[in-house]
Amino acid sequence: MTRIDQTFAKLKAEGRGGLVTFITAGDPDYDTSLSLLKGLPGAGADIVELGMPFSDPMADGPAIQASSLRALKAGQTMKKTLAMVRDFRTENTSTPIVLMGYYNPIYVYGVDRFVTDASEAGVDGLIIVDMPPEEDEELRPVTAERALNFIRLATPTTDERRLPAVLANTSGFVYYVSIAGITGTAAPDVSSVGAHVARIKAHTDLPIAIGFGVKTPEQVRDLAALAEGVVVGSALVATIGSTLDENERATAETKPKLLGLVEYLSEPLRRRAEAPAI
Amino acid sequence: MSTMTDALNTYRSGPDDHGHFGLFGGRYVAETLMPLILDLEQAYNEAKSDPAFQAELDSLNTHYSGRPSPLYFAERLTEHFAGAKIYFKRDELNHTGSHKINNCLGQIQLAKRMGKTRIIAETGAGQHGVAVATVAARFGLPCEIYMGATDIERQKPNVFRMRLLGAKVNPVTSGSGTLKDAMNDALRDWVANVHDTFYIIGTVAGPHPYPAMVRDFQSVIGKETREQMMEREGRLPDTLVACIGGGSNAMGLFHAFLDDRSVKIYGVEAGGHGLDVPNGHAASMTGGEPGVLHGNRTYLLQDDDGQILEGHSISAGLDYPGVGPEHSWLKDSGRVTYVAVTDKEALAAFQLCTKLEGIIPALEPSHALAHVQKIAPQLSKDNLLVMNMCGRGDKDIFAVAEHLSMEM
Repeated sequence: MTRIDQTFAKLKAEGRGGLVTFITAGDPDYDTSLSLLKGLPGAGADIVELGMPFSDPMADGPAIQASSLRALKAGQTMKKTLAMVRDFRTENTSTPIVLMGYYNPIYVYGVDRFVTDASEAGVDGLIIVDMPPEEDEELRPVTAERALNFIRLATPTTDERRLPAVLANTSGFVYYVSIAGITGTAAPDVSSVGAHVARIKAHTDLPIAIGFGVKTPEQVRDLAALAEGVVVGSALVATIGSTLDENERATAETKPKLLGLVEYLSEPLRRRAEAPAI
Repeated sequence: MSTMTDALNTYRSGPDDHGHFGLFGGRYVAETLMPLILDLEQAYNEAKSDPAFQAELDSLNTHYSGRPSPLYFAERLTEHFAGAKIYFKRDELNHTGSHKINNCLGQIQLAKRMGKTRIIAETGAGQHGVAVATVAARFGLPCEIYMGATDIERQKPNVFRMRLLGAKVNPVTSGSGTLKDAMNDALRDWVANVHDTFYIIGTVAGPHPYPAMVRDFQSVIGKETREQMMEREGRLPDTLVACIGGGSNAMGLFHAFLDDRSVKIYGVEAGGHGLDVPNGHAASMTGGEPGVLHGNRTYLLQDDDGQILEGHSISAGLDYPGVGPEHSWLKDSGRVTYVAVTDKEALAAFQLCTKLEGIIPALEPSHALAHVQKIAPQLSKDNLLVMNMCGRGDKDIFAVAEHLSMEM
């Protein structure tokens, strides 16, 4: 069992959905980002998605692209992202970390070396946005050898024909993209998401986390009722962006504002857990 | 010779069923786009084998675009270089002034066939954008063009043309505001509007089936060249030269000749300030490394961490950090020789061609001509050399005036 499997088992036992939070490694700088990462579990994050910055994140919206570029400008590299995970693991051995990003920085780092280093650093899973099942043969089998979960995205356009191919060899959880679009834009329509999630559940026993366009505690509450987890990303990195000074450096507001937002968003999930069991 | 041997000895059978040219190509896209890419592939395969589709395209090429483009003997440049016999394939004489229309006519036919009602595209220098806006006007489909804010500033006449043609030009400010960012934003639009939108990619890059499809639509250049050269000289050319940004004009010229081993083929990349200047050129193959961007694996301009570099070229049309995956494969297989020429060399060739042949070339084929200038004098007088004059230079006169410090 990976940390991700254990976390979803624990959430199930507690009778609540999990909050999956996304921040970009190195945004706005290494030290601030590490401090934010360390603060996330305490603020209510059950799983952390850590973005590996890329210059050309073509499936992401303006907020995540801006955070990626801030991180790169501050000197973030793949080595530093892995170092950040290692550092996080010195004080937290239970919260899963999923690295999320695009294939090129991994390909250039070297697939075998990357999977080994990521696994040794304490990474639990990978989401590679631009690597559909048709192209994952050179990476996915290597992750399986090191017991890293390989998490795939399913989208509103993933039809019945494709769903089995997308779910085969997916592990950890399925990330359901709630809108046909890029991150952080339109808000998901709960009823149509419910139908899609039910469709996926007919094909798999894996937990499902729903993301893209989630900004409010109400959305977290409504979506958590449909699946095992809810992902919040753009809203968090946009908040980081809004606290920076004119030179895009962190301010005294950065950490309290981000962690405050995570607490606020996770509230409906915690309330549900604290409610007496029926 | 057995069929098996033929298959192993051909350079013209790629890509495989998954869109790979050896190590290169593929479909590295977000899951949202995958079903669409598969639909597109199926629709294209059906169209390809439908004689009515090809007949309609041939008719448009003849009557709308003005094909076949002439194969012109460049007599004064031949005298000047005192070596190879130089021909230009005159694709700058096509409607809209470049080879880009060949591909756009094909793709818009496919868009209509698939029932798509909205067209999007990316553009760098604006030649592809103008060609897309043109076919969208001709077929009555609304059209949005993504163009980097930096490029909008340096290519104002083309921006105005697109607007006259009824296209909406969306300035792209993300990243560095150039062609690669325009392609990112066009992909984002496509992801959000998959149900009704057709994305006309302008070069032999992007996810499968684009590299093969764009090549097929452009390969009319090489097919015509073959016939025209047989008619003029009674034999095949000895040397082909074309410039490479994404590589569509080059792929179009080269493809018909890949299995004729006697034909020496050169692809000319944009060397900018020189290959030794970090981030100062746009030569992905002669100065880059393999990587994955915009849906395919190919040679890229990138740093040690896999981050994409901007690159630089005097020519906005060559200023792209990648190249079509089939070129990457042809490079590694050794069939095509890829070289780079600098901004300065291209600018000199631009002026030479204008003065000696009365043809103002675009800065893109000026790169090809600069390489012709290097090799032609060493070749014998009976060496038949064809250079693809893939675009006219009207769009570039402002930039050239600036570089030559001349008043307009």
